[in-house]
Amino acid sequence: MTDTPLENMAPIFRAGTSDAEIEAAALKAMQRRKQAVLFWRLVILVGILGAWELAANRLWIDPFFYSSPSGIVMRLYEWITEGTAEGSLWFNLWVTMEEALIGFFAGSIAGVLVGIGLGRNQFLSDIFSVYIKAINSIPRVVLAPIFIMIMGLGLASKVALAFIMVFFVVFANAFQGVREADRNMIANARILGASNWQVTRTVIVPSAMSWIFASLHVSFGFAIIGAIVGEFVGARFGIGQLISIAKGTFDAAGMYAAIILVMLVTLLAEMIMTMIETRLAKWRPQQHTDMQ
Amino acid sequence: MKENASQTPAIELINVSRRFVSPTGKSLTALRDFNMVVEPGEFVAVVGPTGCGKSTTLNLVTGLARPSAGEVRLMGGPVNGIDPRVGFVFQTDALFPWRNVIDNVMAGPLFRGKSHAEATRSARDWLARVGLSRFEQHYPHQLSGGMRKRVSLAQTFINEPEILLMDEPFSALDVQTRTVMHEELLRLWAERKASVIFVTHDLEEAVALADKVYVLTAGPATVKSVYPINLPRPRVVADIRYEPRFIEYCRTIWEDLRDEVEMSYRRASQAA
Ligand SMILES: Nc1ncnc2c1ncn2[C@@H]1O[C@H](COP(=O)(O)OP(=O)(O)OP(=O)(O)O)[C@@H](O)[C@H]1O
Ligand SMILES: [Mg+2]
Repeated sequence: MTDTPLENMAPIFRAGTSDAEIEAAALKAMQRRKQAVLFWRLVILVGILGAWELAANRLWIDPFFYSSPSGIVMRLYEWITEGTAEGSLWFNLWVTMEEALIGFFAGSIAGVLVGIGLGRNQFLSDIFSVYIKAINSIPRVVLAPIFIMIMGLGLASKVALAFIMVFFVVFANAFQGVREADRNMIANARILGASNWQVTRTVIVPSAMSWIFASLHVSFGFAIIGAIVGEFVGARFGIGQLISIAKGTFDAAGMYAAIILVMLVTLLAEMIMTMIETRLAKWRPQQHTDMQ
Repeated sequence: MKENASQTPAIELINVSRRFVSPTGKSLTALRDFNMVVEPGEFVAVVGPTGCGKSTTLNLVTGLARPSAGEVRLMGGPVNGIDPRVGFVFQTDALFPWRNVIDNVMAGPLFRGKSHAEATRSARDWLARVGLSRFEQHYPHQLSGGMRKRVSLAQTFINEPEILLMDEPFSALDVQTRTVMHEELLRLWAERKASVIFVTHDLEEAVALADKVYVLTAGPATVKSVYPINLPRPRVVADIRYEPRFIEYCRTIWEDLRDEVEMSYRRASQAA
């Protein structure tokens, strides 16, 4: 048995160290750690981009297929200043966002409502569960051609695809969240005088909230997938269409540039969602740093 | 009618049985021919081996569950669904973790259609009585176990239940806190004299608090014996345990209970 020194262990202070000193030390340690994390993140980013650029430059990889960071930046710049083959970049981005956002909101609202409704009603859920399982086992993207055939090349078909991608994820989590609600807590509410509706509103929904949020985090990404796949299959504008065109002209930089755009947008949405969640979940225990 | 009303028991279980039927069709009898009478203002403690059917009994009184046979009566009337005169203190935490202390205490009056202002006023009042005025804005996870239990008490008492059911409410607390909670419970109870059924594993707790102690048999539960506890009130729970009569009560009841506990363990180990 050897003593392994633990780097993260809280420091041991001399007897008689004041609280203020300990707090200051803790604060400093926290800051140092944050900076270290940020530093390594940047190192990795620069390292990867540098290696990519170098490899493309030296022709270790074929820039025709793999492009290069500078090529991608140039393409983005060109799109921003001169617009794309299909009109302004912002318009195309907006088209995709509009499809994804409408699909996301409609899908998650419907998912939450149906999930809670079926979660609260054993009889209905026994009846419908088999159909939901059946529909859920269809890989959603195969519906894209059908939706486009029925609803045309415009907004509606992409929204429908994004909706269907989002709905099932949110539904499944809302349903599970309702089922996991603490039975004692429900009994407590009922004895305190809550009606069925009050139980749903004050116990079921709040306790399913963390499940629902977990699904919302991934489902914006799914909405984007729905919109873009829809655009691949048939559209006139949108990021998926840009990727499609780039593919047609063997424009690797264009494809990567579109991917990066989508990535940035999804990250932004994720950040907003986390902010809302932190705001709503202020009742949850926070992590304390281990400091004596 | 008026004179009669004072004689009607607050809680009556008459030949009650409760069977659970599993999805495979097997049935398990938790209560059999169970009889119990609680007079208005009476404090009844129930002790029995684990798994014998004590929680099941309480659930029948709340109206959360129905008896398979027999009858449960509250204040002379049959139980139809959840009765607004009943209050229930749970063994485990049943506070709403997403509400702060005062919102937890206010829940009952708000559910029952009181105005927000009125609910706030009486919640403040009850928080003062359980000594938690300074913690109004705290969330349950920021409180100690004893403080959370006091919030539960306030949450239940604010509805002014005439019938108070408690399922091992203090079993998760340490011994000192538990004694403090006993004092507090007796004080709150003395103010309004609800009829109480208090389920516990702790015989001393039962004798210290109750007017009557029911001993149940190993499952299926029936009443094995009933012991009236003639210790004077008001009682000081911290001191009462050294009185010879208290010790005598505990010894007698334990003799009785021990057989059932042993039987319950024997059965459990045979089943395993
Ligand atoms: N919903 C249920 N379905 C099937 N069986 C149940 C159910 N609830 C309780 N039981 C059974 O009924 C019996 C009595 O349970 P109960 O919870 O009333 O015991 P208890 O006396 O409260 O035990 P403890 O002191 O451990 O809390 C147990 O054997 C239990 O397995
Ligand atoms: Mg129990």
